[in-house]
Amino acid sequence: MQLEKIHYDNKIVKAFIIATVIFGIVGMTVGLLAAIQLFYPVFNFDLQYTSFGRIRPLHTNAVIFAFVGNAMFAGVYYSMQRLLKTRLFNDTLSWIHFWGWQLIILAAAITLPLGITTSKEYAELEWPIDIAIALVWVVFGINMIGTILKRREQHMYVAIWFYIATFVTVAVLHIVNSFEMPVSLFKSYSWYAGVQDALVQWWYGHNAVAFFLTTPFLGIMYYFLPKAANRPVYSYRLSIIHFWSLIFIYIWAGPHHLLYTALPDWAQSLGTVFSIMLIAPSWGGMLNGLFTLRGAWDRVREDVVLKFMVVAVTAYGMATLEGPLLSLKNVNAIAHYTDWIVAHVHVGGLGWNGFLIFGMLYWAIPRMWNTKLYSSKLANIHFWIGTLGIVFYALPMYVSGVVQSLMWKEFAADGFLKYQNFLETTTQILPMYMLRAVGGGLYLTGVFIMTYNLLKTAASGKFVANEEAEVSPMVKVAHTGGYWHHVLEAKPVLFTVLALVSILIGGIIELVPTFLIKSNVPTIASVKPYTPLELHGRDIYIREGCVGCHSQMIRPFRSEVQRYDPKGGEYSKAGEYVYDHPFLWGSKRTGPDLQRTGGKYADSWHFRHMLTPGEVSTGSIMPAYPWLYEQQIDKSQTAAKINALRTIGVPYEPGYEDRANEDLDKQANRIVEGLSMEGLDTSADAEIVALIAYLQRLGADIKLEKVATNQ
Amino acid sequence: MYKNVLQSIDHVAIWPVISFLIFFTFFLVLLWWVFTADKTFIQEMSKKPLYDGSEPNHDAEPLN
Repeated sequence: MQLEKIHYDNKIVKAFIIATVIFGIVGMTVGLLAAIQLFYPVFNFDLQYTSFGRIRPLHTNAVIFAFVGNAMFAGVYYSMQRLLKTRLFNDTLSWIHFWGWQLIILAAAITLPLGITTSKEYAELEWPIDIAIALVWVVFGINMIGTILKRREQHMYVAIWFYIATFVTVAVLHIVNSFEMPVSLFKSYSWYAGVQDALVQWWYGHNAVAFFLTTPFLGIMYYFLPKAANRPVYSYRLSIIHFWSLIFIYIWAGPHHLLYTALPDWAQSLGTVFSIMLIAPSWGGMLNGLFTLRGAWDRVREDVVLKFMVVAVTAYGMATLEGPLLSLKNVNAIAHYTDWIVAHVHVGGLGWNGFLIFGMLYWAIPRMWNTKLYSSKLANIHFWIGTLGIVFYALPMYVSGVVQSLMWKEFAADGFLKYQNFLETTTQILPMYMLRAVGGGLYLTGVFIMTYNLLKTAASGKFVANEEAEVSPMVKVAHTGGYWHHVLEAKPVLFTVLALVSILIGGIIELVPTFLIKSNVPTIASVKPYTPLELHGRDIYIREGCVGCHSQMIRPFRSEVQRYDPKGGEYSKAGEYVYDHPFLWGSKRTGPDLQRTGGKYADSWHFRHMLTPGEVSTGSIMPAYPWLYEQQIDKSQTAAKINALRTIGVPYEPGYEDRANEDLDKQANRIVEGLSMEGLDTSADAEIVALIAYLQRLGADIKLEKVATNQ
Repeated sequence: MYKNVLQSIDHVAIWPVISFLIFFTFFLVLLWWVFTADKTFIQEMSKKPLYDGSEPNHDAEPLN
């Protein structure tokens, strides 16, 4: 057969690799800063752009979308060309994809410190950037599907299926979760409210982990691990089962992020059942990866690439066993809102994603530069320092999580909470936070060592921009009878549609009933829309990222009800959130829950506390917010906010937008008068006034009336 | 908005059951296919990553 000469595009892979390393360093450095802020609040610098609430989303977005995202594109573009025996579909599209993605990262790096955020975790970016993400993602999709269509291999290898599922699902997740009503260029409100917003968000959040951090990297594992081991994949059969069951089951598991919340019970149970089922495909995949090394384990001792990959796959196995266990209601009751979850995601992030990426880089860069790795010794040092980093990160967070949970729930003999002051439980775990920063620092040091090693490697070789390959043209073999999947692997478009259907089934069945069935959200007659001043306050709460440390969801446990609503004795009800666009339930309690904080403290307490938290509550690690006392509420936005919210279903009277600022002034003046009686002077337009109004409103409605269920 | 379009659904409890059955059936068919699939095809596919077309020793069989 006549062999054809083609050239693989290494240049685009190189660009994505450079971006990976740069943003890896940036994202992890920001993470280290956030870690240090938690035990030395002085590192918030009393500056709004560097306070924890804004730094945390910068860290998560940078490591997920910039570091892991760029690595994903590098791995996908490298392996896809070689698995399909063709150059990428279109070089221009590849570069639009690359620069488009970097511009989005730049936009995120500017807007997040400015406090421009939707507050929905891992979907914080505002609507214009959301649109840009969708466009660039489509470019990636066209380039990928185009490459598949012009392939010279009849059958698509399993890695390609994972890439297809990634493209299709992330598109669906991003679009559905990003429905929002713009108020201005940099502000929008989530289309959904309260419980529904929470369900959509965690359907997205969970599947962002599944289809951004997992499926593309399983594809990368299925290509690079056999490559590095020079062994065929252990069981191709298992990989087929792995793929279909993983993508089908994953999409259902989102509600496990909302156990014991106001989400309807049936949805919670669905999340738990599917999470447990997930163990099977996840471990199937892990074992398939590890067994690929059968007969080559001796090489794992010597080959640093394999070392990284073995730890990566093992971390994947640990995280995917832990995840389903955390989805059991009894385990979740203990672990949710604690640092246990932080440990869990970092075993996945540092272990699975990080180490697989490092393995891939150590393997690919010498080949792309046609040379040998500069120093195996340095790579080994990186391996050990990185592994130690993971251990030093995860273990303190596990200890911290368990300590938090035990202290939050402990009752004294008199029937009251033993640690009534939440702060006692925070100060207790500060040593763990310090150790965690040591772990993160070690891990980051490893990345610096890797960067040096890779730069030296590249300098010692010559970059092969267009790698030559000899391939045979595709010969189509007709299939007769039987093997339908066999046929499917040769039909990429049909395959893509089927993958889409698989993930849509779970998504639709989970989301639609929650939106439709009224009994899922019993209304509470006394719950009214926010006043204009409270609305501004709520937007400041969103801007400052308060949700990063404070939940607004009291679970139905005696310990939580007694801690957060000792007088009313009410846990959180779905009906309380019907006007919350977006929901602000939060996912972690570094500080106490705030759902019933209204009326708990005087306005003057909040006024002093936000200015000097450490003086009002001795030992508090909360950042100070001095700028709230200088900056003014933007009253020109009030009407637009009211209009936007009315469009998405909040019942403000027609024409209220014209009177809203009068109400705002009245309420602000009342607060300012009250403060001045205690000798605290501030302007009625100061942002702190709006924030106090909002905090005092929290949970106030339910105290007014009893639940009037709508049956 | 979406509420007005879609109105309400009765017997919501049946939804998860139906969907579980769809998945389970798909999974059984998949298992059946996997275990009856052509062995040489499976072996050929499992070696896919090992040949890029750029290796010096193009026809070399990897160790098993």
